[in-house]
Amino acid sequence: MRRTRMAAPVAATLSVALLAAGCGGGSGGVTKKTGTLDDPIVVQWGEPENPLVPTNTTEVNGGNVLDPLFTGLVEYEPKTFKPHNAMAKSIEPSPDKKTYTVELKEGWKFHDGEEVTADNFVRAWNYGAYAPNGQLTASFFSKIQGYDEVHPSDPDGDSGPKEPPKPTAEKMSGLKVVDDHTFTITLENPFTIFPTTLGYSAFAPMPDVFFEDKAKYEKTPIGNGPFKFEKRTPKQSLTVTSYDKYKGEDKAQVDAVKFKVYKKLTTAYQDLKSGNLDVQRQVPTSALVGGRWKEELGDNAIQREGMLTATLSFPLYKEKFQDPNLRKAISMAVDRESIMKSVFSGSREAMHEWAAPSVDGFEAGRCGQWCTYDEAKAKEYLKKAGGFQGTLTISSNADGSHQEWVKAVAGSIRDTLGIKVAFQPVPTFSEFREKINSHKMTGLFRSGWVADYPNIQTFLGPLYSTGGSSNDSGYSSPAFDKAMQQASSASSVKQANELYGQAADVLSKDMPVIPIYSQPIQAGKSDRVATATMTPRRSLALTTLTVAKPKE
Amino acid sequence: MTDSGEARQSVLEPSATTEESEAGTAPRKTEKQRGLWGEAWRDLRRRPLFIASAILIAILLVIAAFPGLFASADPNTQLLSKARQDPSGEAWFGYDHLGRDIYARVIHGARASIIVGVFSTLLAVLLGSLIGLVGGYFGGKTDSSLSRFAEIFLGLPFVLGAIVILSTFNAGIEGNPGTVRVMTQVVVTIGILAWPISMRIMRSAAITSKQQDYVKAAKALGASHGRIIFRHILPNSVAPVMVYATIALGQFIGLEATLSYLGLGLRAPVVSWGIMISDSQNYLFSAPHMLLFPAMFLVITVLAFVMLGDAVRDALDPKQS
Amino acid sequence: MGRYILRRLLQLIPVFIGTTFIIYALVWAIPGNPFAGKCGSRGCPPTYIAEMTQQYNLDDPIYVSYFKYLGDLLTGNFGETYSGIEVSTLIQNAYPVTLKLALIALVIEGVIGISAGVLTALRGKGFLDSLVLASTLFLIAIPVFVTGFVLQYLLGVQLEWIDPSVSSDPGIGELILPGFVLGSLSMAYISRLSRTSMLENKSADYIRTATAKGLAPRRVVGIHMLRNSLIPVVTFLGTDLGALMGGAIVTEGIFNIPGIGGLVYDAILGQEGTTVTAVVALLVMVYLLMNLLVDVLYAALDPRIRYD
Repeated sequence: MRRTRMAAPVAATLSVALLAAGCGGGSGGVTKKTGTLDDPIVVQWGEPENPLVPTNTTEVNGGNVLDPLFTGLVEYEPKTFKPHNAMAKSIEPSPDKKTYTVELKEGWKFHDGEEVTADNFVRAWNYGAYAPNGQLTASFFSKIQGYDEVHPSDPDGDSGPKEPPKPTAEKMSGLKVVDDHTFTITLENPFTIFPTTLGYSAFAPMPDVFFEDKAKYEKTPIGNGPFKFEKRTPKQSLTVTSYDKYKGEDKAQVDAVKFKVYKKLTTAYQDLKSGNLDVQRQVPTSALVGGRWKEELGDNAIQREGMLTATLSFPLYKEKFQDPNLRKAISMAVDRESIMKSVFSGSREAMHEWAAPSVDGFEAGRCGQWCTYDEAKAKEYLKKAGGFQGTLTISSNADGSHQEWVKAVAGSIRDTLGIKVAFQPVPTFSEFREKINSHKMTGLFRSGWVADYPNIQTFLGPLYSTGGSSNDSGYSSPAFDKAMQQASSASSVKQANELYGQAADVLSKDMPVIPIYSQPIQAGKSDRVATATMTPRRSLALTTLTVAKPKE
Repeated sequence: MTDSGEARQSVLEPSATTEESEAGTAPRKTEKQRGLWGEAWRDLRRRPLFIASAILIAILLVIAAFPGLFASADPNTQLLSKARQDPSGEAWFGYDHLGRDIYARVIHGARASIIVGVFSTLLAVLLGSLIGLVGGYFGGKTDSSLSRFAEIFLGLPFVLGAIVILSTFNAGIEGNPGTVRVMTQVVVTIGILAWPISMRIMRSAAITSKQQDYVKAAKALGASHGRIIFRHILPNSVAPVMVYATIALGQFIGLEATLSYLGLGLRAPVVSWGIMISDSQNYLFSAPHMLLFPAMFLVITVLAFVMLGDAVRDALDPKQS
Repeated sequence: MGRYILRRLLQLIPVFIGTTFIIYALVWAIPGNPFAGKCGSRGCPPTYIAEMTQQYNLDDPIYVSYFKYLGDLLTGNFGETYSGIEVSTLIQNAYPVTLKLALIALVIEGVIGISAGVLTALRGKGFLDSLVLASTLFLIAIPVFVTGFVLQYLLGVQLEWIDPSVSSDPGIGELILPGFVLGSLSMAYISRLSRTSMLENKSADYIRTATAKGLAPRRVVGIHMLRNSLIPVVTFLGTDLGALMGGAIVTEGIFNIPGIGGLVYDAILGQEGTTVTAVVALLVMVYLLMNLLVDVLYAALDPRIRYD
């Protein structure tokens, strides 16, 4: 047996190797060809779940490819993530913040040569909103006037037996093309921060070829961004190259970037260390433990605040979770700090507020004592609520990487309150989602949110407004809704943010969900790459990539 | 090989002559019926290999039955502040990533692991062997249909089969199903999905044994099918399946973890070695003891059963006794 | 013999139909609507779910949906995944790689397993025997993710003998280490099996005869004993090829091999009936052909077995 003889030396080398692990270092050298199609910059990636169409993509893998392929009216600066006009020359609000006039920059072209006009935007948005097209991002257009005609809401909710009525129009009345480079957007209600939200990829313009042959387009997407689609092998890789005729300021600085599909983050990490991979967008948990990745990657480690949060939601449609004191007791029984330290070895931040840091309008500690571990107080509030009968279940899908922290939270609540708590896994995410959608949850369930745009509103409106598009817990509070409405029609963004903060304070009183943690971005790059900037949405800003100078 | 001419008969279709002879002559009882199995038992008791493995298994069974005698700590209590601490006087095997006492978990995990391992192996092997014996012995259409049936099962991805079978079992249960129920489900699922391998092995052994002189002799003497299968073919074909069974035991203990990982298998407060091993995945570097101890117990258990299997096989083998 | 093989090949047809139906029905039976989980934490808009459900025939009764699928299949259309990628493309990309990997693993486990088994059987009980037993058991108890990860780390990152992950169209050289990791699970069993089998035949009459005839020990072992002892081993290797192809999920993940194990696993969790059915049906074909080959090999290995 070859293996047998190897066993002892292997064990010995392993222990030495562990000590010496600090000097991993990339071996892939920089040559003249680095960053070109012959030797592209390789970025870790995962297979997208839907066809590469902006209005049909919400997850981060598809998004990371679409971002450089398209330039919308507004883009977010990769480092600060502040919005600025990109394709839009100007976006002028009316005094009541209900109508916006958009003027486009001229001379921009899609990768196939077609000029980008107002029509490309309006047509794309109408396509995304129209119900029969079944696009994932339809709800992004719901603020626009006439959305209800193209996408009528279900009279008895998602789970009800009634079919939603057929749409009565194909186009939203709120969108009007004025001339080739001007169009107006009229909203249903005032929305001060509307221009900020326009940076989301769903608002991208679409070329005519998309509407002519969608199947063909899905195989070879065409956009107007700094990079253009080159080739793709499904489940393996996708390559983009720089678009020379790009008119924007954020031009590509490398010729070619290859997105490579990795099934396991640990494998990608090994490749990163041995120089086969240039940028890893997410460092695996095994390397985060004990801060190993920072030792091994040194200057190539990239860390920044993220816009991802994890929470546990109460099924407020169940009788036994009606008492806010019970919800507070459970929240105070979660030892967030210790769980972050033990499960994620400090790589994620315990969350004591209602939004992720780094969004506009964020204020630390907004949830206060209700989101802070306090054994005595938790017990006191449990008593106030009259105790808890039966078993508290905490549910999560099993096919993600969430089991560990959910189990830890379950243990923390059990050990603190002395009630029966059981972890209840659901095998697939689709089954889990279906149970949530149809209000079949019987206990706490895992929920999470990634900001769509860098404003605190993204963490409040869709999640807690009555009938909000992602209000999974079924929370409904007139006080909260009123505060949100006031904020949306505020005279300035600054004032809006303040008012959104007040809406968040309502949540602290009611605790419809329990904030657990927010997730910073932990990425890594190779020596071949001089600069690489991660956005807080965990995608790599391709335009910031530069190749290192070749060593002599 | 003197009888090669006669042996040229079809494996798949038993010749007509055999059946006639069987109907004609009444089976003649052999004298001095101490029985094959009885003899094997007498033989076994004298083998040191058997004694050693039996003692080891007995210890494991006692641990599984009364874990409280060996470990006083609660296997599910989380001392988050002690997460991933190395073995010490306080916790002999250290703490895992959630600050649970690994020694207590290994001891309490014995029960679920051994029950799942032993029973799913028994189920898979008994089911597979029986079908394999029948297919291999009778041949012909019986064999073809049984074999094709098994091939469909072999091709079935374990994860797919497991998700569907277990989801069906779990349908309609509000909250978490009871421990006994889940354990039975896991055993049945592994058994149902794993039998074809032992079926193929037993079938091949049966096809070989069937050609042996003593089987022909038994047939000529007019022994019934049942008698030939269980008295003559089975003892001579049991060795490869026995080897498979002892090793499969270890694999099934690990397989249970896959089910738990999918959210379909055992769950807290039940502890198992498979779950512990799979938990250790992210902490190979920072807390190798999380893998080491459950894996060690798994090796010892499998070793004990392999030794037992060896001893039983030796004792059963008519050629060696 | 020829007739026998022909008959076996004809049996492929009903088995193929039966398998595709069973697999299709099983994927169908997984609870949950596959499109409900496509939008991350956002939750999917009901219009999207309704539209996609209809597009992929998921609101038909299973028989209707299956026959639509079978009809497409017979005209050579394997269907497409929910993200609009043709399943035939996926199969073309994944099958050659997986087959290569599985064959390499089979050769490695066969060569190492059989030689270890034969060696220990000939030497009898002793140090070598215990060593082989202990080390093979060690490989069983240590999960694949550990073996794979440690070897990848040592050879790939520390020693830099190999790349930690394989390229998108890997050659044989790249697949040797993954093949070893994949094959390591069955190695224990094969070495035990060939050892047992050899020990059984050691005392058989024909061996005694052959030795008595004065044949060289090498010939006795090589021709008479090994040939007869290999039957159960060959059986196992035959069934194992399919298992290696479809069950290499973890190994494929560790070395980032674009094979069918991961493809099927993802498709099962995503409830993509078309992908799972096509890939698994082909896998069952592999099983059938391998088992046919094995049954034919029986006759070649054991002169007493004949098929008409």
